[in-house]
Amino acid sequence: MKRLICIILSLSVLLYLTACGGTAETEEIDREAVLEEFGLDPELFSDYDYSRLKDEDITLNVANWGEYMSINDDESVDVNEAFEALTGITVNYKTVASNETLYSKLLSGGATYDIVIPSDYMISKMMKEGMLQKLDFDNIPNVNNVMPSFLNPQYDPYNEYSVPYLWGMVAIIYNTTMVDEEITSWASLWDEKYAGNILMFNNPRDAFGIAQAYLGYSLNTENKAELDACSELLKEQKEIVQGYVMDEIFDKMEGGSAAIAPYYVGDAVTMCDDNPDLAYVIPEEGTNWFVDAMCIPTTAENKEAAEMYINFLCEAEIALANCEYVGYSTPNAKAYELLDEDVREDEKRYPSDEFLAEHTEVFVNMSDEANAYMQSLWNQLKIDNSNVWFVPIFLICLVAATVAVNVWRALKKKREQY
Amino acid sequence: MKSISSKVYMYILYAFLYLPILVLIVFSFNQSKSRANWTGFTLHWYADLFRDERILTSLLNTVIVALAASVLATVLGTMAALGIHSMGKFGKSVLMGATYIPVINPEIIMGISLMILFRFFVAHFNFQFGFATLILAHISFDVPYVIYNVLPKLRAMNPNLVEAAQDLGCNPRQAFFKAVIPEIMPGIFSGFLMALTYSVDDFVVSYFTSGTTVETLSVTIESMTRVKVSPKINALSAIIFVVITAILIIKNVLENRRLRRDMALSRAALKEARGK
Amino acid sequence: MKVSRTLAIPYVVWVLIFTVVPLGLVIGFAFTNPDGKITLENIFEMSDYMAVLFRSILFAIAATVICLIIAFPAAYIISRANAINQSTLIVLLMVPMWINFLLRTYAWMTLLEQNGVINRILGAIGLGPYQLINNSGAVILGMVYNYLPFMILPLYSVMVKIDQSVIEAAQDLGSNKIRLVRKILLPLSMPGISTGVIAVFVPSVSTFVISRMLGGGTNDLIGDIIEMQFSGNSYNPHLGSAMALVLMIIVLFMMSLFNQFGTEEDVAL
Repeated sequence: MKRLICIILSLSVLLYLTACGGTAETEEIDREAVLEEFGLDPELFSDYDYSRLKDEDITLNVANWGEYMSINDDESVDVNEAFEALTGITVNYKTVASNETLYSKLLSGGATYDIVIPSDYMISKMMKEGMLQKLDFDNIPNVNNVMPSFLNPQYDPYNEYSVPYLWGMVAIIYNTTMVDEEITSWASLWDEKYAGNILMFNNPRDAFGIAQAYLGYSLNTENKAELDACSELLKEQKEIVQGYVMDEIFDKMEGGSAAIAPYYVGDAVTMCDDNPDLAYVIPEEGTNWFVDAMCIPTTAENKEAAEMYINFLCEAEIALANCEYVGYSTPNAKAYELLDEDVREDEKRYPSDEFLAEHTEVFVNMSDEANAYMQSLWNQLKIDNSNVWFVPIFLICLVAATVAVNVWRALKKKREQY
Repeated sequence: MKSISSKVYMYILYAFLYLPILVLIVFSFNQSKSRANWTGFTLHWYADLFRDERILTSLLNTVIVALAASVLATVLGTMAALGIHSMGKFGKSVLMGATYIPVINPEIIMGISLMILFRFFVAHFNFQFGFATLILAHISFDVPYVIYNVLPKLRAMNPNLVEAAQDLGCNPRQAFFKAVIPEIMPGIFSGFLMALTYSVDDFVVSYFTSGTTVETLSVTIESMTRVKVSPKINALSAIIFVVITAILIIKNVLENRRLRRDMALSRAALKEARGK
Repeated sequence: MKVSRTLAIPYVVWVLIFTVVPLGLVIGFAFTNPDGKITLENIFEMSDYMAVLFRSILFAIAATVICLIIAFPAAYIISRANAINQSTLIVLLMVPMWINFLLRTYAWMTLLEQNGVINRILGAIGLGPYQLINNSGAVILGMVYNYLPFMILPLYSVMVKIDQSVIEAAQDLGSNKIRLVRKILLPLSMPGISTGVIAVFVPSVSTFVISRMLGGGTNDLIGDIIEMQFSGNSYNPHLGSAMALVLMIIVLFMMSLFNQFGTEEDVAL
C-alpha cells in the first residue's frame, strides 16, 4: 500500500510540475536577441509583429512530410525553435507519410492540425471538399516574396487557400556501386538486372505517375485503357521489386540496401549528401513536377497563429534554411537570391521554364470516378483479385463451423453428465 | 537441464531471443549512423537522447497515461470484482463474458472501435483526442487484468471473515476496510502492476486513440522507424533494457533467496522426520 | 454481502460504453455506406482483399506452429529444472518481452537488411548477400520472435504441474521418448497448448507493424489494410469495419476450436 501511495504522490508532483511549466508568465520577447541567437540577420527579416500572440498560450499543430523542414540539426537553424522563441507559441510538429494519409487523418477526425502542407492535386481535392479555409493575406505579407510564376497556380487558381512552400520533380536515384550503366530512362526500374534491388513508391498516384510517364501518357489521364496498361506494367514490376516504401527510402538507399528507386529530387539531394555513392537523374521520358503548399484545414483552432507561421516560413532566411536543409527547390524569390551560385544553376533543381514546360507535368485532381478506379487498380496490384462471392461464403462457413463446434461440445458434455 | 542436448537447445533459444537486442545495444555506441558498420566508440547518442525533447515528452506522456490509467483501472476493477463476487450465477457469467472481450479481441479492433467511439464524442460534445482518449482507452484494456487478479483472492477468502469482524464489533464499513481489503491487497497490487505493464507497453490502441497532440513513447518510436532512424533509438532501447533487467534480477534474487531458505528448511524438516 | 453487488454498477456502465457500444459501432459501420444506408457492399468489396486475408491466416498459422514446435521442448526443459533455475530461466524469457515490441522488431530490421549485420558476417566468409528482409519469411520470423514467450509461458505453467513420477513411471514401463511425448506429455499439456495457440495466433493474424517493418510493403496483412482504411492511404472506415468484423469472426472461430478448457478464469495467466 505504501508503494502505491508513493507512486500516486510522485505522479501528482509530476503533474504539478508540468502544469507550472505551462502557465509561467511570458516575458517580453527581445526580437533582436532572438534573431541573433539563431544566427539570423535582422536586416533580412521583415518587421512583422511576431510577438502579438505570446500571452495566449497557443500550441500550433503542424503536419508535414518526413525530413521536410530544417529541424533537429546542429548545423542549420531549427526553424520551429526560432519560431517558438520569436512568438511565444509552442509548435507541435508531426510528420505524415503521404498525401493520401494526410487526407484520411484529417477526415477521420483524430487529427486536428493547424497547418498542413499537401501537394498540388491534393490541395484542389481538399478545396473541393471544403476541408481548407481561405487565408487572410493581411496576416501573411511575406506572400510577396513568392515568385509570381508560383502564384495563382492551376490547383488554387485564385490563390486563396495556399502559399507555396517548396517544389521539385520526381527523379531516379541509384547507387553507383550497384549500377554500372548510365541511367537515363524509367525503363531501368523494370530492368531484370536489378531484380530484388528496386524500391517503388508506396502510394497510388506517384506509382501510377511513373508508369504513365514511362508509357508516354498524360500523368492526369482518366482513360481506363491507359490506366489498365499502367496497372499491367506495375504488376510486371512487382515481381522484381524489393519493397514499396515512402520515407523509409532514406534508410534503405543511404544504407545501400537497394540499388535503384524513384523519389523526389530534394530528398535525392539529401541522400547524395549523406552517401556519395548515390546519384540521381531526371529520366528522359519526362516526369512529375509538384508544388507543396501551406494550407489551413477548416478544423484548425488557431488560424491567426497558423497564418503567422506561414508568414514566418516565407521569411527569406527561413525559406533559405529550409530549402538548403531539405534539398528541394524554393518558390521564394528572396531565398533564391541568397542561394549559392552553383545551386541556382543546377538544372535538376532549378530547371528552366522551357524544360518544365516540355518535360514535366503537374498532377491535377482527377474525377472521383478516375480516382476510385486508380485506387482499385492499386489495391489489385498489391493484392491479387478473386471471386466476389468468396468472402461471404467463407464467412458463413466459418460462423457455421463455430456454431457446430460449440453445439457438439455442449452435447458431448450433456451426454457425459448422464 | 540434464542432458547436453537440452542445454544446447536452451542456449540457442536464448541466443535467438537476446541477439537482436544485444546488436541494438552495441550499435548505440557506434560513432557513425550506420547500423552495420562499426566505426568507433562514442556516447554522444546518449547525450543527444537526453536533449531530444520529443522523446522525453513522449516518455513523460507514457508515464502519465500509464499511471493514471492503471490507478483508475485498479479502483474500477477492484470494485467490479467485489460486485461480481457477490452476484448470482447469471449476472456473473454475463459480466465475466464482457470482461473477456478486451482480453481476447485483437488489439487493432479495440483500437479502431474506440477510435470510432471517440470520433462520435468529438462530433457531438466538446471533446478532443489527447490525454482523455488515451487514458479512457487504456483503462478499458487494463480493467480485466485487475479483475482477474482480484477475483481469485476473493474466492480464496473465508466467507465468514466479514461476519467474524462484525461480531468483534466492526460496523460493515470497518469490516470491509479492515478485514476484506487487506485480505485481497496482494491481488489488487499484482493487478495494478499488470495493468501498468500493459499500459506502458501498448502501441496499437494508443496509435488509434492518441490524435495529434499527445504521443506516447511507442507511437513516437513507430513514427521514427518510418523516417530516418537515428541511433538515439538504440540508446533508448539500451537504457530500457538495463533498467528492466536490473529490476527483474533484483526481484529474482530476492525470490531465490526465499526459495533457498524454504528448500533448506524443508530439507532440515525431512532429516528430522527421518531421524525419528 | 448483498450491498457490494452495487459496487459493480460503475463497471457495468463502463463495459457498456467502452466495450459493447464500440463493437456495435464497428458492426454498424460494416453494414452501412458513407451516406448511412444499410448495405452489404462492404462485405462484397472485401473480396478484393481475399489474398491478404488468406496470407494473414497462413502467416499466423505458420507462426503459431513454429512457436509450438520451438516452445514445447523449451517449456519441458524449463519445467524439469530445479526451482532456482526455473525462475531464472523464466525471468530471462520475460526480459525481452518487457522491451517495446517496436524496438524488438526494429532490431531484426537492422540484422536482416541487405547491408545488415547478418549479410556482413556472411560477406566476410564469402557468402551472400542474401535477400533476408521484405519477404514472407521475415514477417513470420518477426511474429515468432515477438510472440514466442506467449507460447512458452502457458506450456510451462501446465508442464510444471506434471509430476516427475508420472514421467518416470512411463519410462520404467518401457515407453520410448516418442511414446512418452504422445501418450503423456501432449495430453497433459493440452490446456497450455490451447492457451498458447490463441495467445500467438490472435496477435499474429491482426498485426500491422511487423508486416510493414519486415515485409516492406510487399507483404501487407489484413491488419495493414484495416489501418489503411482508418489513417492510411485509402480512407474508408466502413470497409475497414467490415474487415475488422471478419477478423473478429476468425478469432471467434479459433477460440471455439481451441478454448474447450477455458472457463473465463483460466485466462488470467
